[in-house]
Amino acid sequence: MTAALTLSHVTKTYLTKTGPLTALDDLDFEIAEGEFLSVLGPSGCGKSTLLTLASGLEAPTDGTVLRAGQPVRRAVTDIGIVFQTDALLEWRRVLENIMLQPQIRGLDMAAYERRARELLDLVGLGDFAGKYPHELSGGMRQRVSICRALVHDPSLVLMDEPFGALDALTREQMVMELHQLWLRTKKSVMFVTHDIQEAILLAGRVLVMTPRPGRVAEIVEVDLPYPRTPRTMETPRFIALVAHVRNLFEQYGVLKKY
Amino acid sequence: MDGLLVSMALLLVWEAAVRIGQVPAYLLPPPSAVATRLVADFHGILLHTLTTAGEILLGFGLAIVVSIPMAALLAQSRSAERVLHPILVLSQTVPKVAVAPLLVVWFGFGLTPKILIAFTMCFFPIVVDTLTGFKSAPAQLRWLALSTGATRWQAFVHFQVPAALPHIFSGVKVASTLAIVGAVVGEFVAADRGLGYQLIVANGALDVTLSFTILVVLSVMGVLLYGLVDVIERLVLPWHVSQRAHGGGR
Repeated sequence: MTAALTLSHVTKTYLTKTGPLTALDDLDFEIAEGEFLSVLGPSGCGKSTLLTLASGLEAPTDGTVLRAGQPVRRAVTDIGIVFQTDALLEWRRVLENIMLQPQIRGLDMAAYERRARELLDLVGLGDFAGKYPHELSGGMRQRVSICRALVHDPSLVLMDEPFGALDALTREQMVMELHQLWLRTKKSVMFVTHDIQEAILLAGRVLVMTPRPGRVAEIVEVDLPYPRTPRTMETPRFIALVAHVRNLFEQYGVLKKY
Repeated sequence: MDGLLVSMALLLVWEAAVRIGQVPAYLLPPPSAVATRLVADFHGILLHTLTTAGEILLGFGLAIVVSIPMAALLAQSRSAERVLHPILVLSQTVPKVAVAPLLVVWFGFGLTPKILIAFTMCFFPIVVDTLTGFKSAPAQLRWLALSTGATRWQAFVHFQVPAALPHIFSGVKVASTLAIVGAVVGEFVAADRGLGYQLIVANGALDVTLSFTILVVLSVMGVLLYGLVDVIERLVLPWHVSQRAHGGGR
């Protein structure tokens, strides 16, 4: 089976006024079809660069990025992106924001409207289809943004710290909702975060990155049973995994030892 | 509604101040005298008002029709903007009041120079605000547009234009007040009709009451034009206007 995303020996160097800056160094991993991979790293470790490479906005300086076995050469359209700022279009109502995808792609609007409404129901926003984004809370906005990333059934979903701007309680709930959504849809997901627990709770594997230049510190297998719940975080195995990642971060100087 | 109340209060204060201070009418006529004059000279003032209103609307409309597409084009190309932006700024630093006599030399005493002066006054704020609007779309939106496979035209229509509209409207609002200044300046320089012309004549005859009457008519026109733009904004951008009403939404 071909992987949803493959990075082989990918290096990305930016030319800046103060000289070349290596954002990513020899990154080598793949996301299997239907896999949920968390990318966990400190700020400035090149996580955003990783997303621009995966979506084909930029080309790697070295190495190759493959989507479904094909090298990525231009902006990839078979993806859904969820940003930290939900990036909803303020001038479109909730349903219209989701329908942006089929509209621009020239797909069958009626069929996709059914699907969009299903997704909205799934995240508990069925009654909000006709609202404008500014009438929603931060958590609701991000749910809409997730629906928009899923409605066109992309083969890969990229998430850039999607819950980073939410309060802790909303965040925990959103993590569980996303998990439920993933269990139902089994999309390939690359979930970028700097939250250790979130990364582990959601993922099949966690790619831990080093501080700049971003390298793979370790890819941690998360052998926790599905479906996961907030209680999963109380299990010894979960705690051990968190401790393991903490050790990695301490080792690389991301977290200070006390 | 609040604006109406405040205007009423100001008129009352004005009337009271003139009466209590016994200010002679040739210095500051009371609003009641202005109102009487407006009724008495209604026909003459109306004709001049129609002339000036025509100049304002044509100059303002021309500015909208030219500035917005121009800003849209500038926003598409960084190099075009780099080349043209300094020229735009330069054109704006030339005082238009000083250019007005030249325009009369070039285009005569008719409607054209007034429209052009109103146009040059309105042009810059609309271009600058529109350009800001087109460039203010966050990077994520561009990224999102690319990920949907949007063509350049689709990205323009579905992302750039709506994101720019609030800025466009604020530029148009500023321009709506300048259009009136432009038309009146044009009439000051050379005209045989229009409120600016009538103002010069009234001042020459020391007819201060008529001068004030014309000023009131000009301000009302300004308020109406601004109000018209505001109403259109409410209709076109319900999402933006209501967001402002809630103090920024979210």
